[in-house]
Amino acid sequence: MANLIPPRFKVVIDYEKCRKCKRCVINCGFGVYSFADRVIPDHKKCVSCQRCVAFCPEEAITIIENPNVFRPNSYWTMEDRINIMKQAGSSGMLLTGMGNDRPYKNYFDHLLIDACQVTNPSIDPLREPMELTTYLGKKPDAVTVKVENGKVKLDTRIAPQIKLDTPIIFSPMSYGSISLNAHKALARAAKECGILMNTGEGGLHKDLYPYKDWIIVQVASGRFGVNQEYLDHSAVVEIKIGQGAKPGIGGHLPGEKVNREVSETRMIPEGTDALSPAPHHDIYSIEDLAQLIYALKEATNYEKPVSVKIAAVHNVAAIASGIARAGADIIYIDGFRGGTGAAPTIIRDHIGIPIELAIAAVDDRLRAEGIRNSVSIVAAGGIRHSGDVAKAIALGADAVAIGTAALIAMGCHVCQMCHTGNCSWGIATQRPELTQRLDPDWAAQQLINLVKSWSLELKEILGALGLNAIESLRGSRERLRGIGLNDTELAILGVKHAGR
Amino acid sequence: MDRTFERIPSGCAISGIMNVAGQRISGEKIIASISLMHDRSNGLGGGFAAYGIYPEFADHYAFHLMYQSERGRTLTEEFLNKHFIIERGEPIPTRPVATITDPPLLWRYFLKVPEERLYKNPEPVDERDYVVEKVMYINDNIPDSYVASSGKNMGAFKGVGYPEDIGRFFRLEEYEGYLWTAHGRFPTNTPGWWGGAHPFTLLDWSVVHNGEISSYGINKRYLEMFGYKCTLMTDTEVVAYAVDLLHRRHDLPLEIVAKVLAAPFWKDIEKMDEEDRKLYTALRQVYGSSLLNGPFSIIVANSKVMMGLNDRIKLRPMVWGRRGDFYYMASEESAIYEIEPALDEVHVSKGGEPVIVRLKEGE
Repeated sequence: MANLIPPRFKVVIDYEKCRKCKRCVINCGFGVYSFADRVIPDHKKCVSCQRCVAFCPEEAITIIENPNVFRPNSYWTMEDRINIMKQAGSSGMLLTGMGNDRPYKNYFDHLLIDACQVTNPSIDPLREPMELTTYLGKKPDAVTVKVENGKVKLDTRIAPQIKLDTPIIFSPMSYGSISLNAHKALARAAKECGILMNTGEGGLHKDLYPYKDWIIVQVASGRFGVNQEYLDHSAVVEIKIGQGAKPGIGGHLPGEKVNREVSETRMIPEGTDALSPAPHHDIYSIEDLAQLIYALKEATNYEKPVSVKIAAVHNVAAIASGIARAGADIIYIDGFRGGTGAAPTIIRDHIGIPIELAIAAVDDRLRAEGIRNSVSIVAAGGIRHSGDVAKAIALGADAVAIGTAALIAMGCHVCQMCHTGNCSWGIATQRPELTQRLDPDWAAQQLINLVKSWSLELKEILGALGLNAIESLRGSRERLRGIGLNDTELAILGVKHAGR
Repeated sequence: MDRTFERIPSGCAISGIMNVAGQRISGEKIIASISLMHDRSNGLGGGFAAYGIYPEFADHYAFHLMYQSERGRTLTEEFLNKHFIIERGEPIPTRPVATITDPPLLWRYFLKVPEERLYKNPEPVDERDYVVEKVMYINDNIPDSYVASSGKNMGAFKGVGYPEDIGRFFRLEEYEGYLWTAHGRFPTNTPGWWGGAHPFTLLDWSVVHNGEISSYGINKRYLEMFGYKCTLMTDTEVVAYAVDLLHRRHDLPLEIVAKVLAAPFWKDIEKMDEEDRKLYTALRQVYGSSLLNGPFSIIVANSKVMMGLNDRIKLRPMVWGRRGDFYYMASEESAIYEIEPALDEVHVSKGGEPVIVRLKEGE
């Protein structure tokens, strides 16, 4: 039945323009093109990753959505029908890559940012200092000082803090799910921008050791690549509990992707599937989490903040409160738009809650309990531009993490085929002929440019708000207004409606 | 003299006088100073804080109350009776002034905290925490009632009108104090109402403020975490509560409090010696949410200190001067010369650098 399913896209080739150079044949990771006198596309294999379009020197290729229509039905969408056909023909779970692409309500687009007019002056970031520096880590409720010989001195020992030059970090993407060149680009960019990259759960390749001060290393349920050396080559250690794209379920890196280098980095045999269990089998309750947090603190001599990453689920506020009380220094919350290298479509599209609501609920809860100082909040899952960054911070996040946006900066066109390992852009693949396409220096520069652009825009937003330090925006929901939101939504977000 | 370019010559007016030897003067001078800056107000609010005015009740908490109704007074007096010993309760003397219309009921009470209240709990209660809690309760829960001030041997006199009219309304020329601050209001962000006029006070702290705090949203949420309730529909009260939290409860010296409210820039912190760098880094890390961002000049006072402070990029004007034991601070230099033409020194205060004047020891 699978071959009865119509193709999603049509490859339109302008044979008048085509000079038969075969670049499209070479560039397509999905094997769409064959050549017999002229280029012949197999439409069914096309995922619209746009690699051939970008590399055709004659601009002879256009990918269009298949204009063929199923009989319209506002309940049974074409996608639903095709998915049923696929499953009827395969008896398996449908897999996908990237984040939830369904048209759920997007709260970022229902929030508007304030600006100064007359009564308080806006500030010109080109002429005045504008501060984005952010420190992640546990803060005490109060600073105590002592006065010695008339000089005031600090008398509080502050828990380890990580300095970010801008409140944007890279989200976890494992080596295995993405290529080593992509990892190198993220690490170089993190160092250059004074921010952090995150190894994800696939261990840390030795080539990245020089970047250790800009790296978060993850300890996930599969414990891939975790040893003392790994923990020592990090700025922050993160326990991964969940992921926004697939809350509550584990991970599966197919054996085909576990080549020699991945196998060494993950510390598993070459060619074997890398399976991450759904839960950590040593964490069945909050007190177990506390034990792991403190085990990692012991292992790193209490010199590094320990972060706990969770997916935003219904009860996220109470869970975050528990995590803060269990001793975490940072809580990383991943909303339901967060990406993945591979997840069951049904899980990705139907589990979890939007990050905007999760930030607001967690920040409120921690404040109500008087423990907001004790933990930093990193928010992720669908941050598309600096406006989203500003809104997330105003809702209560200390910093945001970007994954999909970082991939796009490196060439990704969000075709959602990461799980196939065929990424034509050389990012979400381990096939050597594909990974060599991504030049880590070029990709690093792309990432640096993106982070710098967003930082400049953040400064403009702060200036318009009459603020010159990012901490004055953090949690300042008074500077946000809702538009097109009902009373319950406004109450959860803690914002007034526009016009009030 | 160091002059800083002033970008915002509009907004409210503030003025302060302190005699560091404790010599008391009548309210006439402060009225003269603030009334010179008439055009900086719009008639929607004026007020004064006066220290040393109740020597006969120096050990009592002087509560100045504003009531919108008799019912508010009845309920508040019931509450005060339950939680305090009322030494005396009386209407605050006023005189009719044509431009002051529809004042609330204005009463004052001289209160002591019954000792058993402080030891009944397993843990001893700090007397000042007890008083703060009661003030917050009245403002937040008792209808039509608002505590204008609650400190010892001081009081706040404020209302809707030009400050010079408010001063005459409250007959301030009949009081004598060693420290006076004043405010003329040009409200922009909150409605003009009697409780919303400056100064804002808590215990013997008072704040007069020219500016709009752009970081109000987070300052308020931060203070709420420590039990403060921001109920007065204005951004200035967060200054009073932040000073109370940092100075009284967290025990930070006033100089350091100023460096939290108007924090030095990171680029300047990087240039400090190691010890200072550690201190100021920690202060910004921990107290980032109490940085007052946006334009302000404030005069913060208590029984022993008067502090002038500008926002860190000096978006509001402030000048200070001295003649003998008298120190003056005001939005405009002219407002000081108006009452003291022969100053020993006069300065423009710098952004983020507090000017702190203390009562001499033993006074």
